[in-house]
Amino acid sequence: MAAGSDQPTGERRLSASAPASGSASAPDQSSGQASDQSFGDRSVEHGSDAGDRQTAQKAGQAAGSKGAARRFAGRLDLKRGAVDMSHGSGGRAMAQLIDELFYRYLGNPLLEQGNDQALFQPPPGRLVTSTDGHVISPLFFPGGDIGSLAVHGTVNDVVMSGARPLYLTASFILEEGLPLADLDRIVASMGAAARAAGVQVVAGDTKVVERGKGDGCFIATTGIGVLPDGIEIAGERARPGDAILVSGSIGDHGVAILSKRENLGFETEIASDSQALNDLVAAMIDAVPGIHCLRDPTRGGLATTLNELALQSQVGMLIREPAIPVRAEVNGACELLGLDPLYVANEGKLIAICPGDQAENLLAAMRAHPKGQDAAIIGEVVEDPHHFVQMETTFGGSRIVDWLAGEQLPRIC
Amino acid sequence: MKYIDEFRDGELARALAQRIADEADPGRDYRLMEFCGGHTHAIFRYGVQDLMPANLRFVHGPGCPVCVLPMARIDQAIAMALEHEVTLCTYGDLMRVPASERKSLLKAKADGADIRMIYSTQDALAAARSAPERQVVLFAIGFETTTPPTAVAIKAARAEGLENFSVFCNHVLTPAALGTILASAGGGQDPGQGADRGAGAQGEAGVQLDGILGPSHVSTVIGSRPYEFVPSTFGKPVVIAGFEPLDVMQSALMLIRQINEGRREVENQYRRAVTRDGNRKAQALMAEVFAPRETFEWRGLGFLPNSALRIADAYADLDAEQRFPVTPRTSREIKGCECPSVLRGVMEPTDCKLFGTVCTPENPMGACMVSSEGACAAYWSYGRFRAPVAGPAVGASQETASAARASQDSAVGV
Repeated sequence: MAAGSDQPTGERRLSASAPASGSASAPDQSSGQASDQSFGDRSVEHGSDAGDRQTAQKAGQAAGSKGAARRFAGRLDLKRGAVDMSHGSGGRAMAQLIDELFYRYLGNPLLEQGNDQALFQPPPGRLVTSTDGHVISPLFFPGGDIGSLAVHGTVNDVVMSGARPLYLTASFILEEGLPLADLDRIVASMGAAARAAGVQVVAGDTKVVERGKGDGCFIATTGIGVLPDGIEIAGERARPGDAILVSGSIGDHGVAILSKRENLGFETEIASDSQALNDLVAAMIDAVPGIHCLRDPTRGGLATTLNELALQSQVGMLIREPAIPVRAEVNGACELLGLDPLYVANEGKLIAICPGDQAENLLAAMRAHPKGQDAAIIGEVVEDPHHFVQMETTFGGSRIVDWLAGEQLPRIC
Repeated sequence: MKYIDEFRDGELARALAQRIADEADPGRDYRLMEFCGGHTHAIFRYGVQDLMPANLRFVHGPGCPVCVLPMARIDQAIAMALEHEVTLCTYGDLMRVPASERKSLLKAKADGADIRMIYSTQDALAAARSAPERQVVLFAIGFETTTPPTAVAIKAARAEGLENFSVFCNHVLTPAALGTILASAGGGQDPGQGADRGAGAQGEAGVQLDGILGPSHVSTVIGSRPYEFVPSTFGKPVVIAGFEPLDVMQSALMLIRQINEGRREVENQYRRAVTRDGNRKAQALMAEVFAPRETFEWRGLGFLPNSALRIADAYADLDAEQRFPVTPRTSREIKGCECPSVLRGVMEPTDCKLFGTVCTPENPMGACMVSSEGACAAYWSYGRFRAPVAGPAVGASQETASAARASQDSAVGV
């Protein structure tokens, strides 16, 4: 892949093709198998033939080694070890990393078939795909880490179409020197997040870049989901008279990250809201199949996402500040830093737009779900040739809520 | 949020608005300059202007720290970072301010300069401690609010013997800027005794002012006493005003009363934080570590005597200007940028040809469009278009609205 093209990297894909029948025609079943079998502790002694076969192919050896158990001199030192260049070189070190770490947490029949690609039969319906690169500092933060985030971010992008997420691919770019203990935590967290969201990681790739050329760990994930016929949810479908809802308090993720950045010395009780929203969305669609738009307000926050939707649908929006749920701690941190919570990132919240007369139904369905219990109706879609988002302030005035310009910068005084 | 929500209460705001409407004399105008960008920001963010009678207008002052920093100083900082390969630490607001040749600190960073955004002067000290092999320069800017923390950092570096730390000092003094604005200002409808003093008195450059909303955070440090020259010399009333929207409204009411009653005093609305004498400890610290500069350039106001601080001789070894001299160069403002006039309150942002066309927060041509405290950014972000119900339009001419629209489209089209 492009990321490794101009620097010393090793390459090895983790991918597999499913058998032409069986799990291929029934992703539900393969999903079930994955959660039953694939995330257990896979030791070196058993179950490593898929990786072995791939190593053989890469090395251009005869396929005769297929099925032979692979032995390594010793287990990965997950306590004191660190990623080095050999972990990306395509040799035994990389094979060991894949066997003892990636397969251990992410393994499933599709992944372990051992081809350079995953092959599966899509279920009935339309396919939905989305891709997202995850770069975050710090790698671990209250409420999550880059591993769970890499699952949630992409799953949520797929889910915002109304689709059921099925598969993920994951591409890891590791920086030389990353402690294996950190990588172990990250991949374990990724496995748990995937299992919770009901998705399988079916293809993967690992590359290592020299120290100083990465930020510990980058993870790019691509998701595939399936959308049943009859559901039409898209950013251009907001209409005047529609209601605008959010699924809970905004700004939690961004403030959790800020609070942990090393040069910011305050402690907050805020945890990131990073979570997969597939079950919440399923409950919402059950209640109100005619939802017009769903979107997760990640970078740029609520304000920027509403502006995107307003422009895409060629409408305006009017929101009410007192109705927008913001935690007191988030408000406090934003006051201190001169930030506006409307522009702070979220990773486990969504904006929903639906016909005004179905808003109360949708709100009730959201509030009945644990991931939407603080949901609120925050405003409505209006006609506006300028496609502005305007807000009635708590203070009684009104103002424009603009796109985020550049990065949100802390004020000086 | 406690201690915050109380000052943003909508019902209290409406009651105050009613009182202002009752007491404001419909037969005259009230042009009140809010000195600080923090006030400007609050006025726009909360829609305070919407709650004011039509004959009360807020004139935006120069109290935005990044806005008044002349381009030459940013050029100098970039040169320090590139020519001397120092690690330059500065506050986030400054990163996108345009420098000469379409540069900015952010672009210089992309070009390879080691420029870091910090949240406090302590972060710069930490950077110096953790990399003894690198020279770390704190690009210090701001009014009296941010000056004491810089002094603390300088003293700490001296005490620790931190030899790889120095400060590029750009701290400026509020009273000097206020005096300059007033000296060039017109007198309003009932000029005080000194209203025709100063260079641009009643001339084209002057702005008509009836009263001043005085700085809030700055005044916690310097107190309210330093503003007493404003009534005595220029015959204008001052009310030290907090940064919350109710503070601004209450201060406006206090100014209206002074004007109506013919009083010319320094009053203090922000009594929960400001005293007449201010923070003496902070003042002593500043006096120890800094010395006044004979003159200093302000964007928009030109060179003003005794308007800024340099590092005192006793701490000269920590002065980055001495440690890392750079070749002086000619800095040129972007053609057509009216930031200088906007900063003096002479022009409204929407009077500038660049506003909303080529100059937007995504692509700022002048500093006033960068900081959220800058008048142009506040106009753009909060007030460039208002629904008809929202009351008096703030610079929302048809042209501006369509320019805004065009620019927004292009910003989205990527």
